[in-house]
Amino acid sequence: MSALTLRLEARIEQRVDCSPLTPETLGGLSLDAIRGVPLQVGCRRVPAGELFRVTGDDARDLVIQGATDRLDRIGWRMSHGTLRIEGHAGGFLGHEMEGGQIELTGDAGAWVAAAMRGGVIRVKGNAGDFLGAAPAGERRGMRGGTVLVHGAVGARAGDYMRRGMVLVAGDAGAGLGSRMIAGTLAVLGQAGGDTGIAMTRGSLILARPPASVPPTFNACGRLPLDHLRLMLRAWRRWGTPFDTLDADAVDVERHVGDRATGGQGEILILPGA
Amino acid sequence: MADMEINGIRVERTFAEAFEMKATRIIITALNAEWALHAARTMTGFATSIIACECEAGVARELSPEETPDGRPGAVVLMFAVSGKALTKQLQRRVGQCVLTTPTTACYSGIDGDKTVDLGKNLRFFGDGYQISKLIGGRRYWRIPVMDGEFICEESAGRVNAIGGGNFLIAGRSVEAVAPAAAAAAAAMRTHPDVILPFPGGVVRSGSKITAKYPGVPASTNDAWCPTLRGLTPTELQPEERAVLEIVVDGLTTDAIAAAMRDGIHAACGGGPDTGLTRITAGNYGGELGQYQFHLEEVLA
Repeated sequence: MSALTLRLEARIEQRVDCSPLTPETLGGLSLDAIRGVPLQVGCRRVPAGELFRVTGDDARDLVIQGATDRLDRIGWRMSHGTLRIEGHAGGFLGHEMEGGQIELTGDAGAWVAAAMRGGVIRVKGNAGDFLGAAPAGERRGMRGGTVLVHGAVGARAGDYMRRGMVLVAGDAGAGLGSRMIAGTLAVLGQAGGDTGIAMTRGSLILARPPASVPPTFNACGRLPLDHLRLMLRAWRRWGTPFDTLDADAVDVERHVGDRATGGQGEILILPGA
Repeated sequence: MADMEINGIRVERTFAEAFEMKATRIIITALNAEWALHAARTMTGFATSIIACECEAGVARELSPEETPDGRPGAVVLMFAVSGKALTKQLQRRVGQCVLTTPTTACYSGIDGDKTVDLGKNLRFFGDGYQISKLIGGRRYWRIPVMDGEFICEESAGRVNAIGGGNFLIAGRSVEAVAPAAAAAAAAMRTHPDVILPFPGGVVRSGSKITAKYPGVPASTNDAWCPTLRGLTPTELQPEERAVLEIVVDGLTTDAIAAAMRDGIHAACGGGPDTGLTRITAGNYGGELGQYQFHLEEVLA
Protein backbone atom coordinates (compact mmCIF):
# COMPACT_ATOMS: atom_id res chain seq x y z
CA MET A 1 0.00 0.00 0.00
CA SER A 2 1.29 3.45 -0.79
CA ALA A 3 -0.13 6.85 0.06
CA LEU A 4 -2.98 7.95 -2.16
CA THR A 5 -1.44 11.03 -3.74
CA LEU A 6 -3.21 13.83 -5.59
CA ARG A 7 -0.80 16.13 -7.32
CA LEU A 8 -2.28 19.44 -8.49
CA GLU A 9 -1.18 19.77 -12.11
CA ALA A 10 -3.76 22.11 -13.64
CA ARG A 11 -3.36 25.84 -13.41
CA ILE A 12 -6.42 26.97 -11.50
CA GLU A 13 -7.76 30.47 -11.62
CA GLN A 14 -10.90 29.96 -9.57
CA ARG A 15 -11.40 28.49 -6.15
CA VAL A 16 -11.79 24.73 -5.81
CA ASP A 17 -14.06 23.12 -3.23
CA CYS A 18 -11.93 20.18 -2.10
CA SER A 19 -14.40 18.90 0.49
CA PRO A 20 -14.80 15.49 -1.25
CA LEU A 21 -11.08 14.79 -0.91
CA THR A 22 -11.01 12.94 2.41
CA PRO A 23 -9.99 9.42 3.45
CA GLU A 24 -13.61 8.41 3.96
CA THR A 25 -14.98 9.61 0.63
CA LEU A 26 -12.05 8.29 -1.41
CA GLY A 27 -11.55 5.06 0.55
CA GLY A 28 -12.63 2.01 -1.45
CA LEU A 29 -12.77 3.89 -4.75
CA SER A 30 -10.67 2.81 -7.74
CA LEU A 31 -8.17 5.29 -9.15
CA ASP A 32 -10.52 5.88 -12.07
CA ALA A 33 -13.42 6.52 -9.73
CA ILE A 34 -11.30 8.96 -7.76
CA ARG A 35 -10.38 10.77 -10.97
CA GLY A 36 -14.09 11.02 -11.69
CA VAL A 37 -15.05 12.59 -8.35
CA PRO A 38 -16.62 15.93 -9.25
CA LEU A 39 -15.14 19.02 -7.66
CA GLN A 40 -16.77 22.43 -7.68
CA VAL A 41 -14.46 24.91 -9.42
CA GLY A 42 -15.98 28.34 -9.51
CA CYS A 43 -19.40 27.73 -11.05
CA ARG A 44 -18.40 24.53 -12.84
CA ARG A 45 -18.08 20.92 -11.76
CA VAL A 46 -14.83 19.35 -12.86
CA PRO A 47 -13.67 15.75 -12.39
CA ALA A 48 -10.79 15.56 -9.93
CA GLY A 49 -8.66 13.86 -12.59
CA GLU A 50 -8.65 17.05 -14.67
CA LEU A 51 -6.96 18.94 -11.84
CA PHE A 52 -4.93 16.30 -10.04
CA ARG A 53 -2.67 13.46 -11.07
CA VAL A 54 -3.80 10.58 -8.87
CA THR A 55 -1.48 7.77 -7.78
CA GLY A 56 -1.23 5.33 -4.89
CA ASP A 57 -3.94 3.32 -3.22
CA ASP A 58 -4.14 3.95 0.53
CA ALA A 59 -6.82 6.54 1.14
CA ARG A 60 -6.16 6.47 4.87
CA ASP A 61 -2.82 8.06 4.04
CA LEU A 62 -3.89 10.84 1.72
CA VAL A 63 -1.42 13.34 0.27
CA ILE A 64 -2.19 16.48 -1.71
CA GLN A 65 0.88 17.83 -3.48
CA GLY A 66 1.42 21.19 -5.09
CA ALA A 67 -1.46 22.64 -3.11
CA THR A 68 -2.25 26.34 -3.35
CA ASP A 69 -4.33 28.83 -1.41
CA ARG A 70 -7.17 28.32 -3.87
CA LEU A 71 -7.98 24.88 -2.53
CA ASP A 72 -10.80 25.42 -0.03
CA ARG A 73 -12.45 23.12 2.50
CA ILE A 74 -9.76 20.48 2.48
CA GLY A 75 -10.51 17.80 5.08
CA TRP A 76 -14.19 18.68 5.47
CA ARG A 77 -15.79 16.35 8.04
CA MET A 78 -12.78 14.07 7.91
CA SER A 79 -13.03 11.45 10.65
CA HIS A 80 -9.98 9.21 10.38
CA GLY A 81 -6.66 8.67 8.66
CA THR A 82 -4.05 11.26 7.81
CA LEU A 83 -4.16 14.00 5.23
CA ARG A 84 -0.85 15.64 4.35
CA ILE A 85 -0.95 18.79 2.29
CA GLU A 86 2.27 19.90 0.64
CA GLY A 87 2.01 23.56 -0.21
CA HIS A 88 -0.68 25.96 0.95
CA ALA A 89 -4.38 25.63 1.70
CA GLY A 90 -7.30 27.97 1.12
CA GLY A 91 -10.17 28.66 3.49
CA PHE A 92 -11.94 26.29 5.87
CA LEU A 93 -9.16 23.75 6.23
CA GLY A 94 -10.57 20.95 8.41
CA HIS A 95 -14.06 22.47 8.51
CA GLU A 96 -16.23 20.33 10.83
CA MET A 97 -13.41 17.81 11.06
CA GLU A 98 -14.21 14.92 13.39
CA GLY A 99 -11.02 12.87 13.64
CA GLY A 100 -7.74 11.89 12.08
CA GLN A 101 -4.85 14.21 11.33
CA ILE A 102 -4.27 17.00 8.85
CA GLU A 103 -0.77 18.31 8.30
CA LEU A 104 -0.13 21.35 6.15
CA THR A 105 3.43 22.28 5.23
CA GLY A 106 2.65 25.86 4.20
CA ASP A 107 0.12 28.55 5.06
CA ALA A 108 -3.63 28.24 5.49
CA GLY A 109 -6.37 30.74 4.74
CA ALA A 110 -9.17 31.88 7.02
CA TRP A 111 -11.45 29.64 9.10
CA VAL A 112 -9.00 26.83 9.78
CA ALA A 113 -10.72 24.29 12.06
CA ALA A 114 -14.03 26.13 11.86
CA ALA A 115 -16.58 24.15 13.88
CA MET A 116 -14.00 21.39 14.27
CA ARG A 117 -15.13 18.51 16.50
CA GLY A 118 -12.11 16.26 16.86
CA GLY A 119 -8.76 15.20 15.46
CA VAL A 120 -5.56 17.16 15.00
CA ILE A 121 -4.67 19.89 12.50
CA ARG A 122 -1.06 20.99 12.22
CA VAL A 123 -0.21 24.07 10.16
CA LYS A 124 3.54 24.46 9.72
CA GLY A 125 3.18 27.98 8.31
CA ASN A 126 0.72 30.73 9.18
CA ALA A 127 -3.07 30.63 9.38
CA GLY A 128 -5.58 33.34 8.49
CA ASP A 129 -8.40 34.97 10.43
CA PHE A 130 -11.10 33.17 12.41
CA LEU A 131 -9.13 30.04 13.22
CA GLY A 132 -11.27 27.62 15.26
CA ALA A 133 -14.20 29.98 14.94
CA ALA A 134 -17.89 29.51 14.23
CA PRO A 135 -18.72 29.83 10.53
CA ALA A 136 -20.75 32.95 9.76
CA GLY A 137 -24.27 32.58 11.11
CA GLU A 138 -23.42 29.79 13.52
CA ARG A 139 -23.14 30.18 17.27
CA ARG A 140 -20.60 27.47 18.03
CA GLY A 141 -17.01 27.41 16.88
CA MET A 142 -14.50 24.66 17.36
CA ARG A 143 -15.89 22.13 19.86
CA GLY A 144 -13.14 19.53 20.11
CA GLY A 145 -9.77 18.47 18.81
CA THR A 146 -6.36 20.08 18.68
CA VAL A 147 -4.94 22.70 16.34
CA LEU A 148 -1.21 23.38 16.19
CA VAL A 149 0.03 26.42 14.28
CA HIS A 150 3.78 26.78 14.07
CA GLY A 151 3.52 30.27 12.58
CA ALA A 152 1.16 33.16 13.26
CA VAL A 153 -2.63 33.38 13.11
CA GLY A 154 -4.84 36.23 11.94
CA ALA A 155 -7.57 38.09 13.78
CA ARG A 156 -10.37 36.64 15.92
CA ALA A 157 -8.87 33.19 16.44
CA GLY A 158 -11.16 31.15 18.70
CA ASP A 159 -14.25 33.24 18.02
CA TYR A 160 -17.18 31.39 19.66
CA MET A 161 -14.82 28.50 20.39
CA ARG A 162 -16.61 25.95 22.57
CA ARG A 163 -14.04 23.27 23.41
CA GLY A 164 -10.64 21.97 22.29
CA MET A 165 -7.05 23.12 22.32
CA VAL A 166 -5.29 25.56 20.01
CA LEU A 167 -1.55 26.18 20.22
CA VAL A 168 -0.09 29.07 18.24
CA ALA A 169 3.69 29.34 18.28
CA GLY A 170 3.78 32.70 16.49
CA ASP A 171 1.78 35.89 16.91
CA ALA A 172 -1.99 36.27 17.01
CA GLY A 173 -4.04 39.08 15.49
CA ALA A 174 -6.61 41.30 17.17
CA GLY A 175 -9.59 39.88 19.00
CA LEU A 176 -7.95 36.63 20.05
CA GLY A 177 -10.56 34.49 21.82
CA SER A 178 -13.41 36.84 21.03
CA ARG A 179 -16.80 35.56 22.24
CA MET A 180 -15.03 32.40 23.38
CA ILE A 181 -17.34 29.98 25.21
CA ALA A 182 -14.80 27.49 26.55
CA GLY A 183 -11.64 25.63 25.60
CA THR A 184 -8.00 26.60 25.63
CA LEU A 185 -6.05 28.82 23.26
CA ALA A 186 -2.33 29.41 23.83
CA VAL A 187 -0.04 31.84 22.03
CA LEU A 188 3.74 32.00 22.37
CA GLY A 189 4.15 35.15 20.30
CA GLN A 190 2.50 38.54 20.58
CA ALA A 191 -1.29 38.69 20.85
CA GLY A 192 -3.03 41.72 19.36
CA GLY A 193 -5.57 44.23 20.63
CA ASP A 194 -8.83 43.46 22.39
CA THR A 195 -7.65 40.04 23.40
CA GLY A 196 -10.53 38.08 24.93
CA ILE A 197 -13.23 40.56 24.04
CA ALA A 198 -16.70 39.28 24.97
CA MET A 199 -15.42 35.89 26.09
CA THR A 200 -17.68 34.10 28.56
CA ARG A 201 -15.46 31.22 29.64
CA GLY A 202 -12.34 29.50 28.41
CA SER A 203 -8.63 30.10 28.84
CA LEU A 204 -6.22 32.23 26.84
CA ILE A 205 -2.68 31.31 27.81
CA LEU A 206 -0.09 33.80 26.62
CA ALA A 207 3.68 33.87 26.87
CA ARG A 208 3.65 37.69 26.65
CA PRO A 209 1.20 40.38 27.69
CA PRO A 210 -1.22 41.08 24.82
CA ALA A 211 -1.21 44.41 22.99
CA SER A 212 -4.40 45.27 24.84
CA VAL A 213 -7.17 43.72 26.88
CA PRO A 214 -10.67 45.25 27.05
CA PRO A 215 -11.14 47.45 30.13
CA THR A 216 -13.88 45.09 31.21
CA PHE A 217 -11.31 42.51 32.30
CA ASN A 218 -10.29 42.52 35.97
CA ALA A 219 -6.86 41.69 37.34
CA CYS A 220 -6.94 38.58 39.53
CA GLY A 221 -3.30 38.65 40.59
CA ARG A 222 -0.24 36.50 40.10
CA LEU A 223 -1.12 32.97 41.19
CA PRO A 224 0.30 29.47 40.86
CA LEU A 225 -2.22 27.45 38.85
CA ASP A 226 -1.44 23.77 39.20
CA HIS A 227 -3.52 22.57 36.27
CA LEU A 228 -0.91 24.21 34.05
CA ARG A 229 1.55 21.57 35.21
CA LEU A 230 -0.67 19.01 33.52
CA MET A 231 -1.32 21.14 30.49
CA LEU A 232 2.26 22.14 29.78
CA ARG A 233 3.33 18.50 30.15
CA ALA A 234 0.55 17.34 27.84
CA TRP A 235 1.66 19.80 25.18
CA ARG A 236 5.11 18.24 24.95
CA ARG A 237 3.75 15.39 22.86
CA TRP A 238 3.05 17.67 19.91
CA GLY A 239 6.58 18.63 18.91
CA THR A 240 6.05 22.41 18.79
CA PRO A 241 7.99 25.34 20.28
CA PHE A 242 5.71 24.93 23.33
CA ASP A 243 7.97 22.01 24.29
CA THR A 244 10.52 24.45 25.66
CA LEU A 245 8.20 25.93 28.31
CA ASP A 246 9.06 25.04 31.90
CA ALA A 247 6.14 22.85 32.99
CA ASP A 248 6.63 23.76 36.64
CA ALA A 249 6.71 27.53 36.09
CA VAL A 250 3.01 28.04 36.71
CA ASP A 251 2.99 31.33 38.62
CA VAL A 252 0.82 33.18 36.13
CA GLU A 253 -0.73 36.60 35.95
CA ARG A 254 -4.46 36.07 35.73
CA HIS A 255 -7.08 38.40 34.28
CA VAL A 256 -10.76 37.51 34.36
CA GLY A 257 -13.57 38.60 32.09
CA ASP A 258 -15.05 39.75 29.89
CA ARG A 259 -17.22 41.25 32.65
CA ALA A 260 -19.03 43.31 30.01
CA THR A 261 -20.84 40.10 29.12
CA GLY A 262 -20.78 38.61 32.62
CA GLY A 263 -18.00 36.32 31.50
CA GLN A 264 -15.65 34.42 33.76
CA GLY A 265 -13.06 33.51 31.19
CA GLU A 266 -9.38 33.95 31.91
CA ILE A 267 -6.26 35.36 30.33
CA LEU A 268 -3.18 33.76 31.85
CA ILE A 269 0.20 35.35 31.21
CA LEU A 270 3.03 32.92 31.81
CA PRO A 271 5.97 33.92 34.03
CA GLY A 272 9.08 35.30 32.44
CA ALA A 273 6.98 37.58 30.28
CA MET B 1 -0.62 -34.37 54.19
CA ALA B 2 1.96 -33.02 56.57
CA ASP B 3 2.03 -29.33 57.33
CA MET B 4 4.84 -27.13 56.03
CA GLU B 5 7.47 -25.42 58.12
CA ILE B 6 9.26 -22.09 57.72
CA ASN B 7 12.13 -21.27 60.03
CA GLY B 8 10.82 -23.82 62.52
CA ILE B 9 7.27 -22.42 62.47
CA ARG B 10 4.46 -24.70 61.36
CA VAL B 11 2.42 -23.48 58.39
CA GLU B 12 -0.86 -25.33 57.99
CA ARG B 13 -2.13 -26.71 54.72
CA THR B 14 -5.26 -24.65 54.62
CA PHE B 15 -6.52 -21.72 52.61
CA ALA B 16 -7.69 -18.17 52.89
CA GLU B 17 -11.05 -17.45 51.37
CA ALA B 18 -11.34 -14.19 49.47
CA PHE B 19 -14.02 -12.30 47.61
CA GLU B 20 -14.46 -10.40 44.38
CA MET B 21 -14.57 -6.65 44.94
CA LYS B 22 -14.59 -3.46 42.89
CA ALA B 23 -11.52 -1.31 43.27
CA THR B 24 -10.04 1.97 42.18
CA ARG B 25 -6.65 3.57 42.50
CA ILE B 26 -6.14 7.29 42.84
CA ILE B 27 -3.07 9.47 43.00
CA ILE B 28 -2.93 12.38 45.42
CA THR B 29 -0.24 14.98 44.87
CA ALA B 30 0.67 18.01 46.94
CA LEU B 31 3.28 20.66 47.57
CA ASN B 32 5.30 18.04 49.42
CA ALA B 33 5.00 14.41 50.47
CA GLU B 34 3.76 15.34 53.95
CA TRP B 35 0.59 17.01 52.72
CA ALA B 36 -0.04 14.26 50.19
CA LEU B 37 0.25 11.68 52.95
CA HIS B 38 -1.96 13.67 55.30
CA ALA B 39 -4.68 13.55 52.67
CA ALA B 40 -4.07 9.91 51.77
CA ARG B 41 -4.03 8.70 55.35
CA THR B 42 -7.07 10.72 56.31
CA MET B 43 -9.18 9.50 53.41
CA THR B 44 -8.21 5.91 54.15
CA GLY B 45 -8.94 6.22 57.86
CA PHE B 46 -11.97 4.31 59.09
CA ALA B 47 -11.78 2.09 56.03
CA THR B 48 -10.86 -1.16 57.75
CA SER B 49 -13.76 -3.37 56.79
CA ILE B 50 -16.76 -3.26 54.52
CA ILE B 51 -18.79 -4.55 57.46
CA ALA B 52 -19.36 -0.99 58.65
CA CYS B 53 -17.04 1.28 56.66
CA GLU B 54 -18.56 0.35 53.28
CA CYS B 55 -15.08 0.24 51.82
CA GLU B 56 -11.59 -0.91 52.58
CA ALA B 57 -8.76 1.41 51.69
CA GLY B 58 -5.14 2.09 52.30
CA VAL B 59 -2.10 4.02 51.18
CA ALA B 60 -0.36 1.74 48.69
CA ARG B 61 2.84 3.73 48.34
CA GLU B 62 4.44 7.12 47.98
CA LEU B 63 5.31 8.58 44.60
CA SER B 64 8.31 10.65 43.61
CA PRO B 65 7.68 13.83 41.58
CA GLU B 66 8.79 12.00 38.42
CA GLU B 67 6.03 9.43 38.89
CA THR B 68 3.05 11.79 39.23
CA PRO B 69 0.96 13.50 36.55
CA ASP B 70 1.83 17.01 37.76
CA GLY B 71 5.46 16.56 38.77
CA ARG B 72 4.81 16.97 42.49
CA PRO B 73 5.31 14.42 45.28
CA GLY B 74 2.35 12.13 45.78
CA ALA B 75 0.77 9.06 47.28
CA VAL B 76 -1.26 6.20 45.85
CA VAL B 77 -4.52 5.15 47.49
CA LEU B 78 -6.28 1.88 46.76
CA MET B 79 -9.94 1.57 47.64
CA PHE B 80 -12.13 -1.56 47.57
CA ALA B 81 -15.88 -2.04 47.93
CA VAL B 82 -18.44 -4.72 47.22
CA SER B 83 -20.14 -2.77 44.42
CA GLY B 84 -19.41 0.05 42.04
CA LYS B 85 -22.14 2.08 43.69
CA ALA B 86 -20.62 1.72 47.15
CA LEU B 87 -17.17 2.46 45.76
CA THR B 88 -18.38 5.65 44.10
CA LYS B 89 -20.17 6.84 47.22
CA GLN B 90 -17.21 6.24 49.51
CA LEU B 91 -14.65 7.63 47.10
CA GLN B 92 -16.58 10.85 46.64
CA ARG B 93 -17.22 11.35 50.34
CA ARG B 94 -13.66 10.64 51.30
CA VAL B 95 -12.02 12.70 48.55
CA GLY B 96 -14.50 15.48 49.24
CA GLN B 97 -13.91 15.58 52.98
CA CYS B 98 -10.26 14.55 53.19
CA VAL B 99 -8.43 15.47 49.97
CA LEU B 100 -10.32 18.56 48.83
CA THR B 101 -9.77 19.89 52.35
CA THR B 102 -6.02 19.23 52.56
CA PRO B 103 -3.81 22.18 51.59
CA THR B 104 -2.23 22.11 48.10
CA THR B 105 -3.53 18.70 47.05
CA ALA B 106 -4.66 17.49 43.64
CA CYS B 107 -6.37 14.20 42.90
CA TYR B 108 -6.01 12.03 39.79
CA SER B 109 -7.10 8.64 38.55
CA GLY B 110 -4.32 6.13 39.07
CA ILE B 111 -5.72 3.28 37.02
CA ASP B 112 -7.51 2.69 33.73
CA GLY B 113 -10.53 0.44 33.66
CA ASP B 114 -13.47 -0.38 31.43
CA LYS B 115 -15.73 1.16 34.05
CA THR B 116 -15.16 4.36 35.98
CA VAL B 117 -16.07 5.85 39.33
CA ASP B 118 -17.03 9.50 39.51
CA LEU B 119 -14.47 11.72 41.17
CA GLY B 120 -14.47 15.42 40.28
CA LYS B 121 -17.72 14.94 38.38
CA ASN B 122 -19.76 15.70 41.48
CA LEU B 123 -17.13 17.34 43.70
CA ARG B 124 -17.07 20.18 41.20
CA PHE B 125 -20.32 21.49 42.62
CA PHE B 126 -18.35 22.69 45.61
CA GLY B 127 -17.13 25.34 43.17
CA ASP B 128 -20.59 26.93 43.22
CA GLY B 129 -20.48 27.84 39.55
CA TYR B 130 -16.90 29.10 39.59
CA GLN B 131 -15.46 25.66 38.82
CA ILE B 132 -13.64 25.31 35.52
CA SER B 133 -13.39 22.19 33.40
CA LYS B 134 -10.24 21.50 31.39
CA LEU B 135 -9.79 18.70 28.90
CA ILE B 136 -6.09 17.88 28.89
CA GLY B 137 -4.64 15.03 26.86
CA GLY B 138 -8.08 13.44 26.47
CA ARG B 139 -8.83 13.51 30.21
CA ARG B 140 -11.19 15.89 31.92
CA TYR B 141 -10.11 17.76 35.04
CA TRP B 142 -11.98 20.14 37.30
CA ARG B 143 -10.44 23.26 38.77
CA ILE B 144 -12.33 24.02 41.96
CA PRO B 145 -11.53 27.34 43.61
CA VAL B 146 -10.42 26.97 47.24
CA MET B 147 -8.72 29.30 49.70
CA ASP B 148 -5.17 28.29 48.73
CA GLY B 149 -5.80 28.43 44.99
CA GLU B 150 -7.48 25.65 43.07
CA PHE B 151 -8.17 22.01 43.84
CA ILE B 152 -7.44 20.04 40.69
CA CYS B 153 -9.48 16.86 40.48
CA GLU B 154 -9.87 14.45 37.59
CA GLU B 155 -13.45 13.89 36.43
CA SER B 156 -13.40 10.16 37.14
CA ALA B 157 -11.12 7.31 38.09
CA GLY B 158 -10.87 3.88 36.54
CA ARG B 159 -12.64 0.97 38.19
CA VAL B 160 -11.39 -2.61 38.08
CA ASN B 161 -12.40 -5.97 39.48
CA ALA B 162 -10.22 -6.87 42.41
CA ILE B 163 -10.00 -9.22 45.37
CA GLY B 164 -10.61 -8.57 49.04
CA GLY B 165 -10.15 -10.71 52.10
CA GLY B 166 -6.88 -12.51 51.53
CA ASN B 167 -5.59 -13.36 54.97
CA PHE B 168 -3.48 -15.43 57.26
CA LEU B 169 -3.46 -15.99 61.01
CA ILE B 170 -0.43 -15.81 63.25
CA ALA B 171 -0.73 -17.82 66.47
CA GLY B 172 1.63 -17.93 69.40
CA ARG B 173 2.21 -18.45 73.08
CA SER B 174 1.55 -14.80 73.94
CA VAL B 175 0.40 -11.61 72.33
CA GLU B 176 3.87 -10.23 73.05
CA ALA B 177 5.16 -12.91 70.72
CA VAL B 178 2.54 -12.55 68.04
CA ALA B 179 2.28 -8.77 67.75
CA PRO B 180 5.89 -8.17 66.59
CA ALA B 181 5.62 -11.02 64.11
CA ALA B 182 2.42 -9.52 62.72
CA ALA B 183 4.04 -6.11 62.50
CA ALA B 184 7.00 -7.60 60.62
CA ALA B 185 4.62 -9.32 58.24
CA ALA B 186 2.69 -6.11 57.62
CA ALA B 187 5.88 -4.16 56.96
CA ALA B 188 6.99 -6.71 54.37
CA MET B 189 3.60 -6.73 52.70
CA ARG B 190 3.37 -2.96 52.47
CA THR B 191 6.26 -2.98 49.99
CA HIS B 192 3.87 -4.52 47.46
CA PRO B 193 2.28 -1.66 45.50
CA ASP B 194 -0.88 -3.44 44.34
CA VAL B 195 -2.17 -4.47 47.77
CA ILE B 196 -3.32 -2.75 50.92
CA LEU B 197 -3.72 -3.95 54.50
CA PRO B 198 -6.87 -2.15 55.62
CA PHE B 199 -6.63 -2.73 59.37
CA PRO B 200 -4.69 -0.58 61.85
CA GLY B 201 -1.01 -1.24 61.32
CA GLY B 202 -2.09 -3.90 58.86
CA VAL B 203 -3.25 -6.23 61.63
CA VAL B 204 -6.62 -7.22 63.06
CA ARG B 205 -7.24 -8.94 66.38
CA SER B 206 -11.00 -9.22 66.10
CA GLY B 207 -11.32 -11.89 63.46
CA SER B 208 -14.99 -12.46 62.75
CA LYS B 209 -17.34 -15.19 61.73
CA ILE B 210 -20.30 -14.38 59.52
CA THR B 211 -23.04 -15.50 61.88
CA ALA B 212 -24.29 -14.03 65.12
CA LYS B 213 -26.83 -14.94 67.77
CA TYR B 214 -28.26 -11.42 67.67
CA PRO B 215 -30.50 -10.44 64.75
CA GLY B 216 -29.17 -7.58 62.63
CA VAL B 217 -25.56 -8.18 63.58
CA PRO B 218 -23.72 -9.05 60.37
CA ALA B 219 -20.57 -10.46 61.93
CA SER B 220 -19.50 -11.55 65.35
CA THR B 221 -16.37 -12.65 67.15
CA ASN B 222 -14.60 -15.68 65.78
CA ASP B 223 -15.10 -17.70 68.97
CA ALA B 224 -13.13 -20.70 67.76
CA TRP B 225 -9.95 -18.58 67.89
CA CYS B 226 -10.60 -16.68 71.14
CA PRO B 227 -8.41 -17.90 73.99
CA THR B 228 -10.92 -16.88 76.67
CA LEU B 229 -13.58 -19.05 75.07
CA ARG B 230 -11.51 -22.21 75.21
CA GLY B 231 -13.64 -24.69 77.11
CA LEU B 232 -16.87 -22.94 76.14
CA THR B 233 -16.93 -23.46 72.38
CA PRO B 234 -15.18 -25.85 70.00
CA THR B 235 -11.72 -24.31 69.70
CA GLU B 236 -9.17 -24.14 66.93
CA LEU B 237 -6.41 -23.23 69.39
CA GLN B 238 -3.61 -25.55 70.38
CA PRO B 239 -3.16 -25.96 74.14
CA GLU B 240 -0.08 -23.72 74.24
CA GLU B 241 -1.58 -20.93 72.09
CA ARG B 242 -2.83 -17.85 73.90
CA ALA B 243 -3.05 -15.19 71.16
CA VAL B 244 -3.87 -15.00 67.47
CA LEU B 245 -3.62 -12.02 65.12
CA GLU B 246 -4.80 -11.81 61.53
CA ILE B 247 -3.41 -10.03 58.52
CA VAL B 248 -6.05 -9.10 55.96
CA VAL B 249 -4.93 -8.13 52.48
CA ASP B 250 -6.91 -6.67 49.57
CA GLY B 251 -5.30 -6.51 46.15
CA LEU B 252 -5.83 -5.72 42.50
CA THR B 253 -4.87 -9.23 41.36
CA THR B 254 -4.60 -12.71 42.86
CA ASP B 255 -0.90 -12.69 42.01
CA ALA B 256 -0.33 -9.48 43.97
CA ILE B 257 -2.14 -10.88 47.01
CA ALA B 258 -0.30 -14.20 46.84
CA ALA B 259 3.07 -12.48 46.53
CA ALA B 260 2.32 -10.23 49.48
CA MET B 261 1.10 -13.17 51.57
CA ARG B 262 4.27 -15.10 50.77
CA ASP B 263 6.51 -12.24 51.89
CA GLY B 264 4.33 -11.60 54.91
CA ILE B 265 4.42 -15.21 56.12
CA HIS B 266 8.17 -15.38 55.69
CA ALA B 267 8.60 -12.13 57.60
CA ALA B 268 6.32 -13.31 60.40
CA CYS B 269 8.36 -16.46 60.78
CA GLY B 270 11.64 -14.59 60.67
CA GLY B 271 12.23 -14.82 64.41
CA GLY B 272 11.78 -18.57 64.59
CA PRO B 273 10.02 -20.63 67.30
CA ASP B 274 12.04 -19.19 70.17
CA THR B 275 10.03 -15.99 69.91
CA GLY B 276 6.94 -17.87 71.03
CA LEU B 277 5.32 -18.08 67.61
CA THR B 278 3.59 -21.44 67.13
CA ARG B 279 2.00 -21.51 63.70
CA ILE B 280 0.67 -19.78 60.61
CA THR B 281 -2.76 -20.66 59.35
CA ALA B 282 -5.54 -18.97 57.42
CA GLY B 283 -9.20 -18.08 57.74
CA ASN B 284 -11.95 -19.51 55.62
CA TYR B 285 -15.62 -20.35 55.70
CA GLY B 286 -15.22 -23.87 54.38
CA GLY B 287 -14.74 -22.64 50.83
CA GLU B 288 -18.44 -22.13 50.18
CA LEU B 289 -18.62 -18.35 50.19
CA GLY B 290 -15.61 -16.80 48.50
CA GLN B 291 -14.83 -16.78 44.80
CA TYR B 292 -11.11 -17.05 45.50
CA GLN B 293 -9.00 -19.38 47.62
CA PHE B 294 -5.40 -18.74 48.55
CA HIS B 295 -3.93 -22.07 49.60
CA LEU B 296 -0.92 -21.46 51.78
CA GLU B 297 1.11 -24.23 50.16
CA GLU B 298 0.52 -22.64 46.75
CA VAL B 299 1.20 -19.15 48.02
CA LEU B 300 4.51 -20.30 49.47
CA ALA B 301 5.48 -22.49 46.52
